[in-house]
Amino acid sequence: MTLHRKGPVIDFVNGCVDLTHGGGGRAMAQLVEDLFIAAFDNDMLRQRNDQACFAVEAGRMVMTTDGYVISPLFFPGGDIGSLAVHGTINDVAMAGAMPLALSASFIIEEGLRLADLKRIVESMAAASRSAGVPVVTGDTKVVEKGKGDGVFIATTGIGRVPAGIVISGDRARPGDAILISGTLGDHGVAVMSQRENLGFETRLQSDSAALHGLVAAMVAAVPGIRCLRDPTRGGLAATLNELAHQSGVGMVIEEAAIPVRAEVRGACELLGLDPLYVANEGKLIAIASADEAERLLEVMRDHRLGRDAAIIGRVVEDAHRFVQMETSFGGKRVVDWLAGEQLPRIC
Amino acid sequence: MKYIDEFRDGKVARNIAAAIAAEATADRRYALMEFCGGHTHAISRYGIEDLLPPAVQMIHGPGCPVCVLPIGRVDNAIAIAERPGVTLCSYGDLLRVPGSKRRSLLKAKAAGADVRMIYSAADALKIARDNPDRQVVFFAIGFETTTAPTALVIRQAKAEGLGNFSVFCNHVLTPAAISNILESPEVRQLGTVPLDGFIGPAHVSTVIGSRPYEFFAEEYQKPVVIAGFEPLDVLQAILMLVRQLNEGRFDVENEFSRAVTREGNRKAQALVAEVFELRRVFEWRGLGMVPYSALAIKEEFARWDAERRFAVEAVSVPDVRACECGAILRGLKKPADCRLFGTACTPESPMGSCMVSAEGACAAYWTYGRFRQVS
Repeated sequence: MTLHRKGPVIDFVNGCVDLTHGGGGRAMAQLVEDLFIAAFDNDMLRQRNDQACFAVEAGRMVMTTDGYVISPLFFPGGDIGSLAVHGTINDVAMAGAMPLALSASFIIEEGLRLADLKRIVESMAAASRSAGVPVVTGDTKVVEKGKGDGVFIATTGIGRVPAGIVISGDRARPGDAILISGTLGDHGVAVMSQRENLGFETRLQSDSAALHGLVAAMVAAVPGIRCLRDPTRGGLAATLNELAHQSGVGMVIEEAAIPVRAEVRGACELLGLDPLYVANEGKLIAIASADEAERLLEVMRDHRLGRDAAIIGRVVEDAHRFVQMETSFGGKRVVDWLAGEQLPRIC
Repeated sequence: MKYIDEFRDGKVARNIAAAIAAEATADRRYALMEFCGGHTHAISRYGIEDLLPPAVQMIHGPGCPVCVLPIGRVDNAIAIAERPGVTLCSYGDLLRVPGSKRRSLLKAKAAGADVRMIYSAADALKIARDNPDRQVVFFAIGFETTTAPTALVIRQAKAEGLGNFSVFCNHVLTPAAISNILESPEVRQLGTVPLDGFIGPAHVSTVIGSRPYEFFAEEYQKPVVIAGFEPLDVLQAILMLVRQLNEGRFDVENEFSRAVTREGNRKAQALVAEVFELRRVFEWRGLGMVPYSALAIKEEFARWDAERRFAVEAVSVPDVRACECGAILRGLKKPADCRLFGTACTPESPMGSCMVSAEGACAAYWTYGRFRQVS
């Protein structure tokens, strides 16, 4: 059953989004029906209400929201659609939670090719299906040409925290171990390589991935994990500084222990970037007590998305809450927050 | 990374550091200035000072192109960018450099000016070709390393008859700055700046060669060791300077022989000479008016000179009061001696240019070495 009378077929090959697709009329209804509902198809969406209605279980829930404005819209290893699913699922998962459902809001710029929009929505639907987390409600708006950049997507996610799990950025304690689930900087460098003015090529793919499966395995094996966070914008450096501040501790990491692919190191060298500050979309940082760290590392390495996991440092007492790094060269330096922007609009 | 990791090897570093510690005499002073911001950055990033004995002190020089650009020139660039129909292209760091009234190109961009960040001079030329209805201005800065690429795009613009492209030239010269430091009363008479030797520039020297330093070494009796930008290059150069000072020599030595020759890059030098001529005087932040220290575009290429096209007027604007960029650039003070350092002036909200570029002494101290100031 459809709610609108069939109008002309949408031209997903040569057509472009125009203002009528956001105008509340037939063109909009048709786009919602033929593209969004068709792609995200699920029971709740099929109710065709302005909201999704579902039963909730007892216990603690988490909710998070994120906006995606990446340029370019398509990059090696993903696109804005899959990123909008993975990123929000990961924010839910970093509480140790199982994600249950997503909402998606699209702000589309007039003139976006319908073929591109379809590709993005279908990639988003595929990411959502493969993660087992449905998009249950959504919205579309169209803005005039020049008032957006193709498409912006905002997703909100909710999830349920298993009983007994308390994971929070303020729980790191001196003596704890710091772990990372894999190589740093893949996403940022893959996106950079697509920027037209940079002119370098790489076979590198974004690491964009949904991490809730990895988190579920980690939480099941080591329920006492203290902190989890995905090092997206600002990279490892920003995330460790956030955690150090929240927990009121210092951190010392070892440069030699931090996994970075040779291609990423090379590209960063060339562009004057530091891999510690480059964004990731499929990695997590975990902090756990020192005696549980080895067990946690083992579980992470057993998972497809944690194969290159490593223990990279330790939490220390420090009233200044500094993150310091022992360099491979033998010196020590502060790993500060990123000042300004290293790479604009990468997520 | 082959060919790079070899120059960052911790084991070799410990060996060289041990040699420096063994050979540096505890009761004498080895005050060494690294001229280049690239060296300052490497020293902070790799924690090289942790590996040096107390007798060896590093003094950070003015070789950071963003840092020495005077406020007046930043104001000029902002004024050009704000003209209707102008697209101003600039390297990333420059966007954040504060001009007067705490304005910057980044703020001008936010207010609607068309300011673009580029990675090379050639990008600016491409933007001009792609946007024939815009006046595209390349905000060119830098020492000898970046001068030849600027010369190349000017020559190319002339060859193509590209009428909507011009260059706002702020290229400066290393030897003039070194002379200025060595001639300053603080170094010559007062002795308030201890200066026993120089680590000579890496990339600059690939262009100008090692010969220009021979005069300083001889005239001022200060040893110079030209070094690459990798941390082992810097350590090795320090060891070579310690040895020269111990032996009472003041030679120009070349640690960076994998890239620097005595004569330098003749092709680049010829290109620069074809397009540019010496300015009689140019203002440097920190050093003030320095004679024959910068380049201007020759009459023959006047059509591509933004200073002529937009009738840019020279303005001299003093630094923010209490900002010590000037003294820091001359080696008179360390970043932590500045009252604004880390309080009013941080990389997020810089008051002075030394806090902007990664090559600036203040930014390097703040970003990599902050714990030293509080511990």
